[in-house]
Amino acid sequence: MDIDIKLLRNTLVVRLKGELDLAVVDRLRSDIDRRLDENEVKNLIFNMEKVSFVDSSGLGLILGRYKRVSSQGGRMSIVGAKPQVEKVLRFSGINKLVSMYDYEQDVINLQGR
Amino acid sequence: MAGSIMTVKNYCKFEFQSTNENVSFARACVGAFATQLGCTLEEIDEIKLVVSEAVSNCIIHAYENRETEIITVMVSLMHDKTLEIIIEDYGKGIEDLEKVLEPAYSSDPSHMGMGFTFMKSFMDEMQVISKPGDGTSVRLTRSFLARDKEAYA
Repeated sequence: MDIDIKLLRNTLVVRLKGELDLAVVDRLRSDIDRRLDENEVKNLIFNMEKVSFVDSSGLGLILGRYKRVSSQGGRMSIVGAKPQVEKVLRFSGINKLVSMYDYEQDVINLQGR
Repeated sequence: MAGSIMTVKNYCKFEFQSTNENVSFARACVGAFATQLGCTLEEIDEIKLVVSEAVSNCIIHAYENRETEIITVMVSLMHDKTLEIIIEDYGKGIEDLEKVLEPAYSSDPSHMGMGFTFMKSFMDEMQVISKPGDGTSVRLTRSFLARDKEAYA
């Protein structure tokens, strides 16, 4: 699992690549939370374009970051989920909490309004 | 199919250490073996998901993240195109099985509590046998025969 974290104004963009399971969630959680601690972050975007697999360990990671960001009045979005990943996200009901978009730019355009 | 006897066409068994890295190893192995059933990539993804959930449960709950324990996986492909997966640990077992099998139950608030829900939803049958102090065995079956009939219809 590769992770690339960028701050665009007050939005933290997390780009993930690989399989999101038990083997990687602890490291991702601490990497993301550190960036949330260090910066004035309001919104969070999870770019899952290059994620080929997610299970409930990954869902727990997403849900935890959603709780954190939304409790501080921010929005969390997921972009680019492939069909097999989107199926798991929808099945879990996370799509009711977190908005899903095709591209990062879709979210950034909406937030810019 | 009531009364039918499932006969095994092909079988594999493997065991591995309870490390987090082995979750992907286990689901990849079962996924590769199950391709012999001729199921779709989407179905293989569902099989990999349920294996991932069951093995993660063994590591997190049965062994409480101890990495030197053993998990056993047995996979049978039946002549009637039924897939049977058995995942066993020798860990602490489940005290209140009924409660654990409730949807969205989680002993840890940072987890989704979706593991058994995924297993029940993506497989035809799920059977959990657990003895506190001895371990847990999860048996999952799914038939791929119906889809075949549809294809020929």
